[in-house]
Amino acid sequence: MMISEILKNRFPKIVIATHQYRGDDTVILKKEGLFEMARALKEDPELDFNFLMDLTCVDYLKFDQVPASAPTTFTPSPLPFYMKPKKDPKGEKWERPEEARTRFEVAYHFYSHSKHHRLRLKVPVEEKGAEVDSLVSLWKGADWFEREVWDMFGIRFKGHPNLKRILMYEPFEGHPLRKDYPVNKRQPLIGPIN
Amino acid sequence: MEKLAEEIQRTGKAETRTLLLNVGPSHPAMHGVIRIVVELDGETVTGADAEIGYLHRGFEKMCEVGPYNNAIPYTDRLNYVSPLINNVGYCMAVEKLLGIETTERCDYIRVIMSEISRITDHLTCIGASAMELGAFTVFLYMIKAREFLWELVEAVTGARLTISYSRVGGVKADLPEGFKEKVAPTFKEVRSILKEVDKLLTRNRIFVDRMKGVGVISKEDAVSYGITGPFLRATGVDYDVRRSQPYLVYDQFDFDIPIAEGGDNLDRYLVRMEEMEQSMRIVEQAFSKIPGGAVMVDERGNEIPADFMVDEAKMGRTAGFKQKTVRMDPTLEGTSGDRHPLINAPEKKIVLPPKEDTYGNIEGLMDHFKLVMVGHGIRPPKGEAYQAVEGANGELGFYVVSNGSDRPYRVRVRPPCFPIMNALPALLIGGMMADIVPTFGSVNMIAGELDR
Repeated sequence: MMISEILKNRFPKIVIATHQYRGDDTVILKKEGLFEMARALKEDPELDFNFLMDLTCVDYLKFDQVPASAPTTFTPSPLPFYMKPKKDPKGEKWERPEEARTRFEVAYHFYSHSKHHRLRLKVPVEEKGAEVDSLVSLWKGADWFEREVWDMFGIRFKGHPNLKRILMYEPFEGHPLRKDYPVNKRQPLIGPIN
Repeated sequence: MEKLAEEIQRTGKAETRTLLLNVGPSHPAMHGVIRIVVELDGETVTGADAEIGYLHRGFEKMCEVGPYNNAIPYTDRLNYVSPLINNVGYCMAVEKLLGIETTERCDYIRVIMSEISRITDHLTCIGASAMELGAFTVFLYMIKAREFLWELVEAVTGARLTISYSRVGGVKADLPEGFKEKVAPTFKEVRSILKEVDKLLTRNRIFVDRMKGVGVISKEDAVSYGITGPFLRATGVDYDVRRSQPYLVYDQFDFDIPIAEGGDNLDRYLVRMEEMEQSMRIVEQAFSKIPGGAVMVDERGNEIPADFMVDEAKMGRTAGFKQKTVRMDPTLEGTSGDRHPLINAPEKKIVLPPKEDTYGNIEGLMDHFKLVMVGHGIRPPKGEAYQAVEGANGELGFYVVSNGSDRPYRVRVRPPCFPIMNALPALLIGGMMADIVPTFGSVNMIAGELDR
């Protein structure tokens, strides 16, 4: 049984949807239940996710504005006779459920060293009052990852001990990885003038 | 001064204060630009904070601007000491998103090049940290060994550092003729250098005293910080992506994951030394297992030189060409069309055709343009994929999101140094000021991937 299904049965109220796509197991959940779920992932010996591998965010503002002029590559070409498929792609479906189509999605990647499995957790966050629970109290590594998400996307983490910019400098205006931040925008250089 | 002496006379003690000291961002012992602010009580570090971002180039933002293949040169510049692993990691993430298979020979080539890259990374790390402790000879020896390995890299990719070798669906060129024969003496040389360095350092009283028991991190803390790679294995956790979740063809090889128990600087040094030997073992096994396959032999009479063909085509004299096999002057050995099906996925919607086809026939030209035109190119369906590879410093993860267009919607790289740098203040506090240098050296921070 996939981990996402176990979690769906255990937390029916907070899980919005689950899917497996390209071998990645994903759970989409409400942001209210994030901390509860994360603690269960860490402390339950059945799941035992001891690593928080990655924490990032995706801005879905322009996701549906596809500029491609040609149709998308949906199916790969058939393999030649001397190659065997390494994995079976059947039954894969990737979708963003209607109730989870918010502007931001914070994505967590967990790994369990004892069980050798991975899980992706996605938390939809609205633009207004963008805030999710901080996981610093569970994984120390969340500290800098969350600071980076705040720096790049402007999402606040409730309970973070030291939420300040990490890659950009303090007087920097805006959050550069947001889709409405122009790629060629320049900001004045700071620092003492020599 | 007199006042101070008076006060000491009167009260019997002097007021003491801690000292705030900036180490970096431009400091001889800081490889790369990073600023560590330390609070010192005498020579003891009582507080530390690492400030990063001085080399932030907006890698993730730039990836969103161009087509999928345009991000490959940027990935070279993430970890510029082992660029091949970054290349492979990004391409594998896009391939996972597309759901395509690479050929077996391509997988083996990627393994060979990744492992050579891993050795160069460890050589740099150990050489640089030994130099900072005064062992300059070791640094020169290690750089010499790295030079030999870079010659191998140059023979395959045509460049030493910014190699851009991997492609989505394959690699740029096959291994050159006689590469296997070149590797054997190089490894012999590298092994003898490593043996010499081992003699110079491992039982060296000065080196061991500086490294042992310094920068200690416990197993639980390391896992909680999300630290991976040699840094984690030095604490006793045997996590290695190559073994835990084998990718490419790593499950085909017999190799050990060296671990240590102490979690201090000396353990990290020992783990890295052993890993280089294991990487060489993997490369040697890969050469014995790499599948070949028949490479078509060109008929001498049918070859025409590339420049002649291009000149003729400009004047429209292409009528006679269809009967002839065009042989391009390859910029690299192993880029020719007959090698192409061995090293690239059989997927015309993703992999650029060999240059002979592009210049020699209309189908190849069409395939080429369908891949390089704006709005065409590689267009994975909507979705996302996370692919982890074992970088030289730990798990290097690429998380790619596609919205169905020819540009990645979001590329996220999980840099292996990032969690280690997060833990660095905890490693420094309580130690001596002079211990910052070996501890920071053992992190092997690469500013390119830390700041992106």
